[in-house]
Amino acid sequence: MSLLIKGADLLGAGRKDLLISDGVITGIGSLKAAGMRTVDQTIDANGLVALPGLVDLHTHLREPGREDAETIASGSAAAAIGGFTAILAMANTTPVTDTAEAAERILDLGRLSGLVDVQPVGAVTKGLAGEELAELGLMARSRARVRVFSDDGRCVADARVMRRALEYIRAFGGVVSEHAQDPKLADHKACCHEGELSGRLGLPGWPSVAEEVIVARDVMLARHTGSRVHIAHVSTAGSVEVIRWAKAQGISVTAEVTPHHLMLTTDLLAGYDPTFKVNPPLRPIEDVEALRAALADGTIDAVATDHAPHARHDKEHTFDNAAFGMLGLETALSVISDVMVGSDRLDWAGVARVMSVQPARIAGLAGHGRPIAVGEPANLTLVDPSAVVTVDREASVSLSRNNPWHGRRLTGSVQATLLRGVPTVLKGALV
Amino acid sequence: MNRHLLSMNDLDRQDILAILGTAESMHDVQRREVKKLPTLRGRTVVNMFFEDSTRTRSSFELAGKWLSADVINISGKGSSTSKGESLRDTVRTVAAMGVDGFVIRHGASGAPHQVSEWVDAVVINAGDGTHEHPTQALLDAYSMRQRLGDLEGRHVAIVGDLTHSRVLRSNLICLRTLGAHVTVVAPPTLMPSGIATWAKSEGFDTSYDFDAVLPTVDAVMMLRVQRERMSGGFFPTEREYTVGYGLTRERLRSLQEHTVILHPGPMNRGLEIATDAADAAQSLVLDQVSAGVAVRMSVLYHLLAGEGTVA
Repeated sequence: MSLLIKGADLLGAGRKDLLISDGVITGIGSLKAAGMRTVDQTIDANGLVALPGLVDLHTHLREPGREDAETIASGSAAAAIGGFTAILAMANTTPVTDTAEAAERILDLGRLSGLVDVQPVGAVTKGLAGEELAELGLMARSRARVRVFSDDGRCVADARVMRRALEYIRAFGGVVSEHAQDPKLADHKACCHEGELSGRLGLPGWPSVAEEVIVARDVMLARHTGSRVHIAHVSTAGSVEVIRWAKAQGISVTAEVTPHHLMLTTDLLAGYDPTFKVNPPLRPIEDVEALRAALADGTIDAVATDHAPHARHDKEHTFDNAAFGMLGLETALSVISDVMVGSDRLDWAGVARVMSVQPARIAGLAGHGRPIAVGEPANLTLVDPSAVVTVDREASVSLSRNNPWHGRRLTGSVQATLLRGVPTVLKGALV
Repeated sequence: MNRHLLSMNDLDRQDILAILGTAESMHDVQRREVKKLPTLRGRTVVNMFFEDSTRTRSSFELAGKWLSADVINISGKGSSTSKGESLRDTVRTVAAMGVDGFVIRHGASGAPHQVSEWVDAVVINAGDGTHEHPTQALLDAYSMRQRLGDLEGRHVAIVGDLTHSRVLRSNLICLRTLGAHVTVVAPPTLMPSGIATWAKSEGFDTSYDFDAVLPTVDAVMMLRVQRERMSGGFFPTEREYTVGYGLTRERLRSLQEHTVILHPGPMNRGLEIATDAADAAQSLVLDQVSAGVAVRMSVLYHLLAGEGTVA
């Protein structure tokens, strides 16, 4: 099987043809002139930017347990549409991914759908209860080779449990991805950034400091244990300051930010629409600006979607009772293109860094986030940087519709995705 | 006038004065031997109370009945919501029976706002979480105007658990719209988050010092303090709260003679308000209850009576 991509702009640095054979990049250059032998398929990439296949550190696929909201197959389809070739599936399913068997099951279901590599995240604690360590070592030794552990949805609130987890995973080069939320400062009812708007709306406040104290604690624990910690969905300027300081000290900390925290702000909650209810909550523009700057300067390493599908009826409650979370896989690249490339904060090489190279490195995914070079696996995403898309939630391949981007116009869209040389998406649609 | 009454922001000064004006004629009806008006005959009003309430629910019920509406009451405990049905399904089910107006009390802020997007009927907020309680603000304004006349330039202190008070939020908007000067008083832990910028943009004052504010006020509105707030660490003891922020006998004496006292009820006598203050000649506590029915009749009239109907 061979495939020719004609005239793609490689990371925005110049147009080249790409020859792919048996899932590997075998030629780069002006391949017509080289007297090309016949290829099985040709993709015209005129006007398109080629990026290494995108990697998402943070998705919720809802299978097993809530297959009415999303399945591994439907979530994989949404990921492919969004330009992803690998995604990490969070552990907060029913049952929780806290055993080797559960992790292998997710790996296998991902392979069965075959649209992206689905890498399970293991729970840090049994049942996400925050008390006893889950079988971290057995998950690491399993066929799924779990390296990222997270109780996401909940914080590992007990400092002693967090310390032990960080120490333990050093044996196999693991990392804990922390959902930073001190449950005493922001309990399960907290749902609106604590500030003037939460005061006016009478919604339970989720103060920035509830995130920042955990980030500060965790970077000190990482220093103490010499282990790696990753901060999931950073949402405040204060967290950015702490992470910047920690990196300057040489502490092994990495961080991710979601597309929604880079664009959407607290004021969207004024109409009590639970579509905009997410954890951590949307923050004011000052935080959003700090997050954009931190992503551009590398303080925040990666973009991760926190794709969180929900059945419609789980969102049709009062604001404080509705489910937390929003869709993100299909729109992530468009949002980053719009908010980061459109404002010259990132070039396309920068997008490749924060959406592919760094997430793959953090997750330890060897075949992803690689340079576009001869001999490398052909995990590729082709982006039309000038296409203006109006997001339509009904057009989604996700099973859910809790889409905060509905009706928004975004510049930049994924046209094609290739997983090991096989197109999963062409012309913006599933193959 | 807006179609719904979800927040005091739905009413401008003219709307408020119209409602308070009609409330005066409704108040006259209330004092008659035969209290029925035919105004809302054939109209159906559902009182959906997802949270316990005595005075608000009974006054809305009386208001509807005295205007000849068909009124039914649905309370939260017996409703489908406690069986796990979504709020949307619950209200759409009732709406499908053919309802003209929903009066909604809910423990969640924003619930009436959401309901107004799901049903065609008129929605009236009868208190939502810690957000708003517009008819309470209207009846407070009505009661104050009965004693003080026009509220333009009057100084009103609102004192107590501001963080958790929907009465505060509606009164802030209502009193500002009517031109009164408001000072809110509470310990820092019971001030809503972001109150400093809020006060600046809306033009009201904040204070931690009740005694400094008292001598200049024309009305003092005491808010209920939930005893369970102590376990939340909002203040150390009842005794300490009363010394700092209670309307005590001593503070009663420092009020100007014309200053009126309000409390939305139910009162914690001895905690936020001394019995002497609650029962003083300056106290409007019972006037507020009496005005409650008239003001709610007026609101139902303005939002539910068709064109050309006379009160």
